[in-house]
Amino acid sequence: MSYLFNTPDDQRAMLAAIGSGSLDELFAQLVPADSRLNRELNLPRALTEQELTEHMTSLAGANVAATQKPCFLGGGAYDHFIPAAVDALASRGEFFTSYTPYQPEVSQGNLAVTFEYQSFVTRLTGMDIANASLYDGGTACVEAVLMCMHATNRNGRVVIAASVHPEFRQVVETYLRDLECELVTVGTPDGIVTADDVAAACNDQTACVFVQQPNFFGCLEDVEAIGKAAHAAGAMFAVSVDPISLGLLKRPNEYGADIVTAEGQSLGNPLQYGGPYLGIIACREEFVRRMPGRICGETVDRRGKRCWVLTLQTREQHIRREKATSNICTNQLLFALRATIYLSLLGPQGLRETAELCARKAAYARGKLTSNTRFAQRFAAPTFKEFVVRDTSGEVEQLLADAERDGYFAGIALGRWYPELADSFLVAVTEKRTKAEIDGLAAALSSATASNKRTPAHA
Amino acid sequence: MRNTRAIQPIFELAKAGRRGVVPPPCDVPTTLDEAIPAAFRSDVPPSLPEVAEPDVVRHFTCLSQLNMSVDTHFYPLGSCTMKYNPKRNERLASLPGILDLHPYQSEESLQGMLELLYSLQQMLGEIAGLDAVSLQPAAGAHGEMTALKCAAAYFRDQGRPRRKVLAPDSAHGTNPASAAVAGFEAVTVKSGPDGFVDLDDLKAKLDDETAVFMITNPNTLGIFEKNIRTIADMVHNVGGLLYLDGANMNAILGIARPGDFGADMMHYNPHKTFSGPHGGGGPGAGPIAVRDILAPYLPAPIVAFDGRRYRLDYDLPKSIGRVRSFFGNTGVLVRAYCYIRTYGPKGLREVSENAVLNANYLLSRVKHILPVGQGDRCMHEFVATASKIKAEKGVSAMDLAKRLLDYGYHAPTVYFPITVKESMMFEPTETESKETLDAFAETLFRITEEPAELLHEAPHTTPISRPDEVRAARSPQTSFPE
Ligand SMILES: Cc1ncc(COP(=O)(O)O)c(C=O)c1O
Repeated sequence: MSYLFNTPDDQRAMLAAIGSGSLDELFAQLVPADSRLNRELNLPRALTEQELTEHMTSLAGANVAATQKPCFLGGGAYDHFIPAAVDALASRGEFFTSYTPYQPEVSQGNLAVTFEYQSFVTRLTGMDIANASLYDGGTACVEAVLMCMHATNRNGRVVIAASVHPEFRQVVETYLRDLECELVTVGTPDGIVTADDVAAACNDQTACVFVQQPNFFGCLEDVEAIGKAAHAAGAMFAVSVDPISLGLLKRPNEYGADIVTAEGQSLGNPLQYGGPYLGIIACREEFVRRMPGRICGETVDRRGKRCWVLTLQTREQHIRREKATSNICTNQLLFALRATIYLSLLGPQGLRETAELCARKAAYARGKLTSNTRFAQRFAAPTFKEFVVRDTSGEVEQLLADAERDGYFAGIALGRWYPELADSFLVAVTEKRTKAEIDGLAAALSSATASNKRTPAHA
Repeated sequence: MRNTRAIQPIFELAKAGRRGVVPPPCDVPTTLDEAIPAAFRSDVPPSLPEVAEPDVVRHFTCLSQLNMSVDTHFYPLGSCTMKYNPKRNERLASLPGILDLHPYQSEESLQGMLELLYSLQQMLGEIAGLDAVSLQPAAGAHGEMTALKCAAAYFRDQGRPRRKVLAPDSAHGTNPASAAVAGFEAVTVKSGPDGFVDLDDLKAKLDDETAVFMITNPNTLGIFEKNIRTIADMVHNVGGLLYLDGANMNAILGIARPGDFGADMMHYNPHKTFSGPHGGGGPGAGPIAVRDILAPYLPAPIVAFDGRRYRLDYDLPKSIGRVRSFFGNTGVLVRAYCYIRTYGPKGLREVSENAVLNANYLLSRVKHILPVGQGDRCMHEFVATASKIKAEKGVSAMDLAKRLLDYGYHAPTVYFPITVKESMMFEPTETESKETLDAFAETLFRITEEPAELLHEAPHTTPISRPDEVRAARSPQTSFPE
């Protein structure tokens, strides 16, 4: 068997050493008969490496990779360029096959990476403290909300903009349901939330106001005004950001955020059908003891040498159990590592340029796509790397399916989350999309227009 | 041999003007001002270090060499199942048709992936002996919370919500923490000196407010709960549900199924049992399997198959809702799938047989050195105690653990479970040889013969030794100063 060591001779010797006649006898001693399975598991037979490779290759072939067609899909997961060095370094077994640095003496590599990762996150966000990672952008929102509830001692209400990623909001809703905290969603008919609506939604039991910048529609919120409204109500202000955008946009500390979360997939992490990704969270200093999960800190060893350890562990489940700030244990360090390598390679200039490329190409695409009379820009607010297009003939599903047949992952239909946007779709443009691809997409969508005109659709 | 320059914080390697990867020139005419109004922009980019690509490669390569890992060392970290992570799984999970899939692609373009995930749901259901599976949770703890939420919804639906979740004192910290996050009151049940759940205490604490009893089986001492069926009956008799913490599934694959011994729901840790690489602290995944009565409450979507086409089924009106964005930790699930397909039914059983044999063999060699409270037998791991040597020589479990590092072994888990004083939890896994276990036991013995002073200051050969954790916590410095 592939990864096992014990030969029949080894097994005999080991059984003799422990004083057992056979494996069956051993298990009979260990597991009560009434709990034992008396048949073989009903699973497909074992495959050799070669057979498994053939099988997986055939499964892979039944998919269409986002790299096979120009990918304009976003919605929280993005097709950014991943430099070769990220894969080469992160796939080193010493990173890949190690675990949580319970023994700092033999984990200084992982700890140093964590420290650098936390440093990068604080520099991107302008916050004081970052943790070592959470599961993903959605659970990061929840953890931020829970932090706010504890820090403000208000458990009554959480105010969230409808322009926050709908799946992030669903995750928050799931968590809050059994905690008797009301989740108030503020509508965004113009694609962004207004400070007045936020103020109106807050009461004296509101723990936090949560928005996303750029928001799910790609639009830029008036974060400064929203933050002021939150603070005026005595609530905390939490923001979910796109880390790539921070190469260009104002940093959350500049507009008064107390807690910042992000989906870190875009920082050098592959799409891999939704995960594993990287949950980023950072906060202002005063909330550090409410922070969930692991935190790495600097110290010195017994010889006075600078080194790194997991710190402030009395917040965590293995010590505080039911009183812990979160139940998280295993996190996403491998993807924090990838983000750290990615940001090191890009540097400040590279991140700036990447963000600018996204913004300029997206703006170009927005103009190009909506120059066709069938399509209109759905919201007037400025956007970063995504934008919502309205299909005036209301045939979004068909349009996107046609475009896919023509060779483009053109966008995401919004109707499943926003019934009022059933005629609209979300288009994302990263630095990887070329002018030729954008022009090609515009042409493909126009030809769909033509064919639809031939067979008139119900309005 | 250590390159001390390369392992300085990357900020200290930086020099203004250096660049690593350079993005391509812009090929569209749109200007930045046309794209984004200046009011939204920051004047300066974030102060990341400026380094060249070779700097980055040398820095992270040298950092990696400061880690112990399964690829390089024996890593008997109890409860974590640090087994070999097959290289083939890495290659297969990186096929472009597997790796480069966007979560919002059309189902048409995902038929291969959905087939894989559908099969994995089936296989995890079969291994568990339970009816329905959700692949959405992102780690074991997340699976615990998700299943507890399903239980909460189930009781709410029955018109009689229940407040309490019970777990033994030997349970992992995530159990009570997950109970709290799911909105329950966490209640601790004692375990007896033999490591089994104290049935009297359980009985006293079970009542009609008990939603769930969470049990780890084999438990965190590496013992199969001999009374598991009785326990299940006791829980069910008060109308409660039995949760199985599946962290220790590596001991019972194809040997016993949680659903058969009375569990109503469980999570898997595929990063343990099914060899997902632990990645320095993660990723994991935490798929859950549940009995049919709980299936309506699982998070959507579930992968469905109509005999022709695979699709994502969102039609679960009673679902607790999402616990994570997108599908789940698919990359880890793909590796689990490859692992299960590699072994097949006979092979999975052999995994557990050899994991248990290795642990028993190591126990037989360690018990003369450090007492093992549970006796001569264990499942896939066992807990020894250093309290005798502590009393005699002042040498603690931590001292022994640290000294093992000098000899090129990762330490066992120490000070967990909290029910055993000076505990050392050894889990060798099936992917180690008798020779390795022999050498390890001999080293452990040699260490116990060494002078106490040497051990108090161990390790001596590692890059650093005994960091000052109190200082780290007193004035936390958690990022490089700007
Ligand atoms: C017994 C036990 N339960 C639960 C967990 C939590 O699993 P995870 O770390 O995947 O969240 C662990 C692992 O650390 C464990 O050992």
